[in-house]
Amino acid sequence: MAGLANNRALAARTGMVEKRGIGRVFTHLGLILGIAVICFPIWVTLVASTVTQQEITHPPLPLIPGSHAWENYSRALGHGIVTPVWRMLLNSTVMALGITVGKIVISLMSAFAIVYFRFPFRMLCFWLIFITLMLPVEVRILPTYEVVANFGMLNTYAGLILPLIASATATFLFRQFFLTVPDELTEAARMDGAGPMRFFWDILLPLSRTNIAALFVILFIYGWNQYLWPLLITTKPEMNTIVMGIKHMMPTGDDFVEWPVVMATAILAMLPPVLVVVLMQRLFVKGLVETEK
Amino acid sequence: MAGITLTSVQKSYGATRVIHGVDLDVADGEFIVIVGPSGCGKSTLLRMVAGLEWITEGEIAIGGRRVNELEPKDRDIAMVFQNYALYPHMSVYRNMAYGLRIAGLPKQEIDARVQKAAQMLQLGDYLDRKPRALSGGQRQRVAMGRAIVREPSAFLFDEPLSNLDAKLRVQMRLEIKELQRSLGITALYVTHDQVEAMTLADRLVVMNAGVAEQIGRPIDVYARPATTFVAGFIGSPAMNILDADGAGGAVRLAGHEIPVSAEVSGQLSGPVQLGIRPEHLHPCGEGEATFLLRVGLVESLGADAIVHGRLDGTATPFAARLPGTAPISEGDLLPLRSAPEDHHLFDRETGRRVG
Amino acid sequence: MDKRVTFRHRLLPWLLLAPQLAVTALFFLWPAAEAVWQSAFLPDPWGTKAIFVGFDNFTFLFGDPNYRESFAVTAIFSFSVAALSMGLALALAVGADRVIKGSGLYRNLLVWPYAVAPAIAGVLWLFMFNPSIGLVAYYLKALGYNWNHVLHGGEAMTLVVIAAAWKQISYNFLFFLAGLQAIPRSLIEAAAIDGAGAGRRFWTIIFPLLSPTTFFLLVVNVVYAFFDTFGIIHIVTGGGPQRDTTTLVYKVFSDGYEGQDLGSSAAQSVILLVVVGILTVIQFRWVERRVHY
Repeated sequence: MAGLANNRALAARTGMVEKRGIGRVFTHLGLILGIAVICFPIWVTLVASTVTQQEITHPPLPLIPGSHAWENYSRALGHGIVTPVWRMLLNSTVMALGITVGKIVISLMSAFAIVYFRFPFRMLCFWLIFITLMLPVEVRILPTYEVVANFGMLNTYAGLILPLIASATATFLFRQFFLTVPDELTEAARMDGAGPMRFFWDILLPLSRTNIAALFVILFIYGWNQYLWPLLITTKPEMNTIVMGIKHMMPTGDDFVEWPVVMATAILAMLPPVLVVVLMQRLFVKGLVETEK
Repeated sequence: MAGITLTSVQKSYGATRVIHGVDLDVADGEFIVIVGPSGCGKSTLLRMVAGLEWITEGEIAIGGRRVNELEPKDRDIAMVFQNYALYPHMSVYRNMAYGLRIAGLPKQEIDARVQKAAQMLQLGDYLDRKPRALSGGQRQRVAMGRAIVREPSAFLFDEPLSNLDAKLRVQMRLEIKELQRSLGITALYVTHDQVEAMTLADRLVVMNAGVAEQIGRPIDVYARPATTFVAGFIGSPAMNILDADGAGGAVRLAGHEIPVSAEVSGQLSGPVQLGIRPEHLHPCGEGEATFLLRVGLVESLGADAIVHGRLDGTATPFAARLPGTAPISEGDLLPLRSAPEDHHLFDRETGRRVG
Repeated sequence: MDKRVTFRHRLLPWLLLAPQLAVTALFFLWPAAEAVWQSAFLPDPWGTKAIFVGFDNFTFLFGDPNYRESFAVTAIFSFSVAALSMGLALALAVGADRVIKGSGLYRNLLVWPYAVAPAIAGVLWLFMFNPSIGLVAYYLKALGYNWNHVLHGGEAMTLVVIAAAWKQISYNFLFFLAGLQAIPRSLIEAAAIDGAGAGRRFWTIIFPLLSPTTFFLLVVNVVYAFFDTFGIIHIVTGGGPQRDTTTLVYKVFSDGYEGQDLGSSAAQSVILLVVVGILTVIQFRWVERRVHY
């Protein structure tokens, strides 16, 4: 009994179990090792983007950055291999922002309609939209390609963006959120004389701010990282996005690959979404957890 | 400023009728409290006046104007909600000004009204705060401020104090009453709390199952409840209601004869229910007793004691409110006396008051 | 799950829904219907018109050893990615949950690979394992192992699994960490007082309490491995060598887009549609249960 009481006292004093002595050192070591392994490929890429082709083709690659960063990055941005990288970055930005803003706008509107109105076929519309939750682009890629081709939207921003905003994730999230907005707030707004659109602008949108921001982070990454779709519909190099354009920089087989430029491009391709995640981490985690609800 | 008239107002959801025709005439400047247990339809009635629920049958008029088809904003009313329903992202000032801005009032006019209301409610220092930075009582005041600035012809209150703690509730009750008095605006106030109802109301509407059982001044409702429901609902502890038989100008209860006042004795016949409030029972000598109480549980409140038990020789529960000093313990046989004018009689079948 | 308070308007809800419905119909319903329709046709030998063949495309597919092989490839790939990624993520999450100081820092360092596009992840790992210049391949050679994923199917599979699992670790880590932090400290302390050692505490208390998170992540990881890894495979192996890394989604693309066999590709899309449907139902069941608790 005395021993038990002692243990309890000890547990209470240290606050939490498992956090003392040698174990903690090992835990930290393990974590640092894990992070090192996970960060290693990025480090190697970073190094490879700052050295010469010569240094890469004669392994092993040094593990300290070289002095050719300016040269490699300016060559990638200004000239690239197939398309200048600045052009692909621009295309990626337009596509990612288009998808993000488009999804958020049409989802806000449709979620508002579904939650705050009663109209015939409401449930049918609901299911029609939510059934799209199920289908990733990858599954319906060829028929969608034909539709887009029929509309003459190949090699256009509209063709890049529109088919990818037909997803219901965001609508679902906003619907869930709207359902938690107290009814009395709506009634108070009605008493104050606000019509539906006024309520939407003045009350609902400001209340959805954090949700919109969190979704923005997730959707921006989703849009930026698209690969297969741009690969299919951008046959003109000047419409390539950076994530898929990098494929064209690496010919298959044993052809000559300009590795430093490719690696600089890879770094440039991951910079925007990584920055978004790192700078808006709280919103990012919130968005991630919410979209999976 | 205006009165409110309800003429056989009914409400149905599909085939289910929840309000069975309510008639009510609210005079200008009157404070009406609608009280009843949860689910009795009191909130629905209020929301129909507000325009938040559609009226199935009947008519509601505010200031002599039929409002059945009007949007809430066009009814010239203001409402205070149970959870305050303050816009969380707007400052106190913007919360109060929102309705006025939608109505398109000039800026100076809005500012003047908001400042005046804020001063009246001692909210002057908090105008820039968001609702979450306010205490419960302050939020309550903002909700009232939002109602006041509209200068409506009537206030509607939907259980506005139920989210406050007991002490604050008493204080806010007084404030609401004073405010309504000084502004002289008609008020319709819904609550399930009978203390609030009794203290606030000029007139009470006691509702049960979609029917207004009684409408009257609080003291009249207490003194002459119209039905057994009202008798049991108003007053604490609740009135004792006993099955009895009326015959020959008197009431017989378990073999004893209970005297009743002269005005009803003529109408007595057949099965009735006898009501007697616990506070109208007094200890007395064995000889003058109207009731004999076999004591069960005694709840001592200090000044008073509530004595629960059963009428001697029966299984009928019975309670009395007695001075707290009397030494009473479980198992005692307690002789109790009451005055004939405190005996309420109800028809056993309809539950309505006799006499 | 309906609002008690709604607005009354005849036209407005339809206007609000219009964009979402239009996009859904154009880029989802129509292509999906097209996929089902096309799955019943075969192009004639001259490629001028399509011949109606009913269910033949499906019958053929299930009889096709290549298709069955790609089922097996997908299964091995998905399972390996899920197991590797979740195992590492869980180990890291347990570590990060255990340390008091620096837990936030570790999290910051571990979340950002989520933002890297799968295709870019493919580029990074391809570069590391490139048989002639890659750093890892170089050191493997120094150890006497001749790495060449261009020739060896098993090595190609290993490489795409590593790249795919790497990219998914952040996601799993975040959810595991959240799950761990939701376990009441008092439970673990009680177990410690009852004399359970750290290992025992993990397997008898923590792991069972974490099982909803684990199950959820399992489904998410399988969906990820099925659909979101196209870019990795396309860049790293191109489905080869032979068909050793041709997953189901990759085959839809290669048969339809590269092989121009629209009928078969459409039939494969339809089969995938069913697979996604099943996975979605499982996921929704899980979500429902989580909502109820």
